[in-house]
Amino acid sequence: MTRAIHPVSTAVGEIADERTAAYALGLGDDSLILAQRLGEWIAHAPELEEDVALGNIGLDLLGHARGFLTYAGSAWGQDEDDLAYFRDEQEFRSRWLFEQPNGDFAHTIARQLFAAAYLVALYERLQASVDPTLAAIAAKAAKEVAYHLDHATQWTLRLGDGTEESHERMQAGLVAMWPYVDELFSDDPAATAAPDGVAVDPASLRQAFDAAVLPVIEEATLEVPTVPAARARGRFGVHSPPLGHLLPEMQVLARRHPGAVW
Amino acid sequence: MNVASVPVHDSGQVVDRAHIRDGAPHILNAVRASVAAIPDPELPMVSIADLGILRDVRVDADGQAIVEITPTYSGCPAVDAIRDDIVRVLDAEGVSGRVDVVLSPAWTTDWISDSGRQALADAGIAPPAPRGTRVSLGLGIRCPRCGSMHTRELSHFGSTACKALWVCERCHEPFDRFKELV
Repeated sequence: MTRAIHPVSTAVGEIADERTAAYALGLGDDSLILAQRLGEWIAHAPELEEDVALGNIGLDLLGHARGFLTYAGSAWGQDEDDLAYFRDEQEFRSRWLFEQPNGDFAHTIARQLFAAAYLVALYERLQASVDPTLAAIAAKAAKEVAYHLDHATQWTLRLGDGTEESHERMQAGLVAMWPYVDELFSDDPAATAAPDGVAVDPASLRQAFDAAVLPVIEEATLEVPTVPAARARGRFGVHSPPLGHLLPEMQVLARRHPGAVW
Repeated sequence: MNVASVPVHDSGQVVDRAHIRDGAPHILNAVRASVAAIPDPELPMVSIADLGILRDVRVDADGQAIVEITPTYSGCPAVDAIRDDIVRVLDAEGVSGRVDVVLSPAWTTDWISDSGRQALADAGIAPPAPRGTRVSLGLGIRCPRCGSMHTRELSHFGSTACKALWVCERCHEPFDRFKELV
């Protein structure tokens, strides 16, 4: 999903300190990369309503990413476009779940279920950040990701408790995405280094995530996967191969035509 | 730092014209009225003031007009178009000014005026529930065409971020519903 490229704006908004900016960068990258993934579904979803739904969810996430990246960039004299289009793979801080390929629709719904449950828990807490800009973005985003979680929950139930084939494919989706769940709650050096009260401790979100996801898996007559966790280290700039394929498509226009507007 | 007004993006678009002087409140009033009347680009039957997107029009210490707007949804692409429209209106009024996009406090559908709700309904878009009522998603929505309460949701997501897609079981017409966001 490529957004309009704007003329470089002069930021007169709040200026982030560098440690807070580093934290905001990771949050922005998660949402930006997932938005790009969801955009790939437009015109390819199983039904027209899902083209619209996944496109709208991606748009919400892009809005969150713009807020975080604009704020992060303020610390370094960069704007959202500099950060989205002109960084290379090892400079991105997105966690691996968000960059995983769409797979079939059930894979995407599994990724959405895990991602939305995590983001609902995150923004619930980030609203209480002592940083007013992060708190404002989170307060706005919290309402939106609640809708995303509802969407993913309804589809997980429908597919899991549906036909034999839909059940199998939904279970396969859960298994494919499960290795990237643990990373969501693992160490984030930027969160640790952020000033007191600014960041949310990722480990503190696991309980809320489990409370949202595990009952849905059970009600959908599915099983919680037992596959081992991936050695995912997105917050350290180490990524899974799919990100290397996503970035060129996302960045090519801006890099071929720097400063282009439409 | 003012928590109630946190600029997250700024347009950087500044209209380089005469400043509004302290002694000219009528100019501010005129600017305020012109900006308030700007139609929403995706819901042109409603003004940005009626939708609650327009937060504030004021003059800062340097005599510049500051217009604050807020998005309905974080990713709403109409925000960029609205910002451009405001810059054009300021330009036409011959004043210099700036447009700030503020996120906090977050917009809710309670900010849509009564006349805005009526305009939505008149255009076939079911308006959000009245202010102060907190309805569950399961409660019936009135069909804006035939008035039947026998309606159901087709999809949480509609033609814009702020709407869901519904259908009337009596007249069988699909319709947009402005989602409650509180």
